[in-house]
Amino acid sequence: MCCLTDSGKITTDVDTLRSEIRDKSVRVIDVRREVDYKQDHISTAVNLPLANLLSDDSPERVLKLVNSMGIDDETPVVVYDDTFGALASRVAWTLEYLGHSDVTLLETTYSHWKSLGLENDSALPEVQTREHSMKLHPEILATSDYLESAKTRDDVILIDNRERLNFLEQHIPGAISLPYRTLASNDKILRSKEDMKRLLDNRGITGDSEIITYCGSVGTLSGLAYYALKSAGLPNAKLYVRSFKEWKNLEKPTEKQEDANYWDLSAE
Amino acid sequence: MTISDLKQTVPDSVKPKINWSRIEEADDFAKTVKLFRQGKYDEDSFRRYRLQHGAYGTRMTSDYAMVRIKLPAGEIYPDQIEKISQLSEQYSIGSAHFSTRENIQLHWVILEDVSEIFRGLSEVGLTSREACGNSVRNVMCSPLSGVCPAEEFDSTPYALATARFFLRNPMAQNLPRKFKFNFTCCEKHGMVRMVDVGLIPQIREIDGLSQRGFKIFLGGGLGNRSFVGHQLEDFTPEEDLLYTSIAVMRIFDRLGDRKNLARNRMRYLVNDMGWDKFQNLVFKERAVVRATQSVITQLEVDKTPNVIKRPIQISNENGGETIPDGYARWLKTNTVKQTQEDYRSVFLTLEAGDITASQLHGLSDIIRNFSSEGMARSGFEQNLALRYVHEDDLPRLYSKLIEIGLAKSGALTMTAPIGCSGTTSCNLALTNSHRLAKEIQRKFLELKLDEDDDLSDASIKISGCPNSCAQHGIATLGFFGGGGRVGKDMYANYQMSIGGRSDGDTMLGQTLLRIPAKRIIPVILKVIEIFKANKKSDDTLKSWIHRVVNGNEDSEIKSLADIKKILEPLVIPPTIEEDPDFYLDYGSDTSYHTKTGKGECAA
Repeated sequence: MCCLTDSGKITTDVDTLRSEIRDKSVRVIDVRREVDYKQDHISTAVNLPLANLLSDDSPERVLKLVNSMGIDDETPVVVYDDTFGALASRVAWTLEYLGHSDVTLLETTYSHWKSLGLENDSALPEVQTREHSMKLHPEILATSDYLESAKTRDDVILIDNRERLNFLEQHIPGAISLPYRTLASNDKILRSKEDMKRLLDNRGITGDSEIITYCGSVGTLSGLAYYALKSAGLPNAKLYVRSFKEWKNLEKPTEKQEDANYWDLSAE
Repeated sequence: MTISDLKQTVPDSVKPKINWSRIEEADDFAKTVKLFRQGKYDEDSFRRYRLQHGAYGTRMTSDYAMVRIKLPAGEIYPDQIEKISQLSEQYSIGSAHFSTRENIQLHWVILEDVSEIFRGLSEVGLTSREACGNSVRNVMCSPLSGVCPAEEFDSTPYALATARFFLRNPMAQNLPRKFKFNFTCCEKHGMVRMVDVGLIPQIREIDGLSQRGFKIFLGGGLGNRSFVGHQLEDFTPEEDLLYTSIAVMRIFDRLGDRKNLARNRMRYLVNDMGWDKFQNLVFKERAVVRATQSVITQLEVDKTPNVIKRPIQISNENGGETIPDGYARWLKTNTVKQTQEDYRSVFLTLEAGDITASQLHGLSDIIRNFSSEGMARSGFEQNLALRYVHEDDLPRLYSKLIEIGLAKSGALTMTAPIGCSGTTSCNLALTNSHRLAKEIQRKFLELKLDEDDDLSDASIKISGCPNSCAQHGIATLGFFGGGGRVGKDMYANYQMSIGGRSDGDTMLGQTLLRIPAKRIIPVILKVIEIFKANKKSDDTLKSWIHRVVNGNEDSEIKSLADIKKILEPLVIPPTIEEDPDFYLDYGSDTSYHTKTGKGECAA
């Protein structure tokens, strides 16, 4: 079991990260695009653009990437992005799946970090390759086949993290809608634990249910939701990482809200 | 390094004077929803409770609600707009909707999330309490009250005091039906004869002393059957305002029809009883109210004037001001001069009242930067007014509005139609009136009809069913939705009325004929063409139609029948083979059929 669950620590706050950087006791991963990273980034951070990871996220390849970023089984890792934590979540989840136990999300976005005037530069850190082991955690992954059978169970809750209109238009039957915007609060990528618990509790998302999250295509928004659930003390979460895009491509059944022209209420 | 130099300084937000919210109502609502879901609360009681707290049902589902946020007197402050932006993204569809009664609505909210919205609203002092149900609905006030050149005094503080008095007041929790107050600035800008209680501020001189009071109209209203309100007396002094309001509500509470939900608004009571009898009853009841209040009950009218302070402007970095294209058109069709020298009120037209979360976000900064009163006022037409904008700041304001897509011209003209929510969310709707209003606005702006002075005082209002949420009965050109049929094929069809108005000469539109949805735009253009061919030089569409409707027109067009004759060929349905699109309602790609659920107005 990874330490994310053990310690309950999901995010790393700004001050802690600054002192860990000073102590050189952390590996910081910036998952933004390479051009943005090159311009400036949190001091000492390495770059792993999400697109690069997604081009091949097989465990073998991820292991190589992790090694090349100088991460071994004991290295504390903090991941950040500038997309309300969704991209960082997807990368953190991938590391967790590989078996890395000490990975957390920066509590805020890079823009906010910068707006606080905190340490950033364009220097490329020197990285020594390390050796990480591979102990996969299939219990945090949901595949389409798994989802199809799990859906029929009463103790499984399926959460759709796309925006409400997309949900109304089409979703996996039985899913409930929890748009990703609901997960954050002001400058933080996640609400406070208490706020999150109250929100989930109102929705009946509690206790020991197994919870599967999904979003539009690659498991970013739902990756954030995966961590939101854990932060609220609901450890039994899985990410349907290929999400609705795969579900549709496989021509599996979908559901929609009929007989209403809700799209015409949008001012977009 | 400092970050402050990266950010432009935004002036501080003006804070609301009144906190309308109660945080404990959020917890209570969350608990009640749970009990209801567990079957410990029966359906009817729960519906009453839900409506009392401002959560309305949604089309064809019990999983979702619409939360109607009240803006008493239409006032809304920058931090409140910012919060609503956030709430719309978190719990709704990423857009919010400005209604015709100075409410902001969040649609397609999951019932279990409604309490979270209450929580958010309470952070900024807003409430949806008694925005639905059989209570005193949002107390409206003209968006121009306080700045209107024709008004005798600003009725805003009285509207706010009235809202405050009745909100959560036990006497207003279980009326026979909803109850509405409209305050206005003057005859022209008001809607005082189309509401339960309508009020125009008046000053009376007695022995050289001037006294404040109101002209009060009772028993008007739009709906399945509409009535024009009656003036109670010449002058109601301000100290009698509350006694009169209480007296009228007590009569309604006692005598209003609690059985027949379809006709139990106060206007039916007035109509059934006859005005003279009702009027007498109000006078008697008022005397009783005045005499029996155990303590002196008065409205707490806060007359301290708002601080008017022009926000400090950061000088234009580029030096010379460049005025963007379309400025003159926008200035003419969207702004009005105020009583206060050098200031204008700027109206923003939103397509059928809809605004995105990011537009709301941008708008809050614009208000901070441009309104010298530091807030905005919502209007009667699904729109918003930014008042106290200094004349010199108008070009820059226009540029900023362009940036966030809120600079559409024609806000104060016929090219800004009203469309109720229709089949986008309402259980009762038969047609997509909402989308139709948007289509008309887009088309008419493209044709630059907003620049035509002849059309500026006319209006178009479209309801998706015979109930009058879009107020079609008082429109120059009004429409309400229904279904038409050729053989087995159905199409969206609207009943058109003509000549309605809500000013000093208030009257309801006259029924003209039924127009298929996809023929409405050509029909309106045809009406304009007929008008142009027959008008006198100083006629507007509104004044010309008024003459026709009243039988005073001496051109070729002598009556509505003459107009009808010209329009009839335009409304003949083609076969489905000839024109399949005719059989699809706006915003829909499947064949049209009428489908409705249970309405909740009466619940």
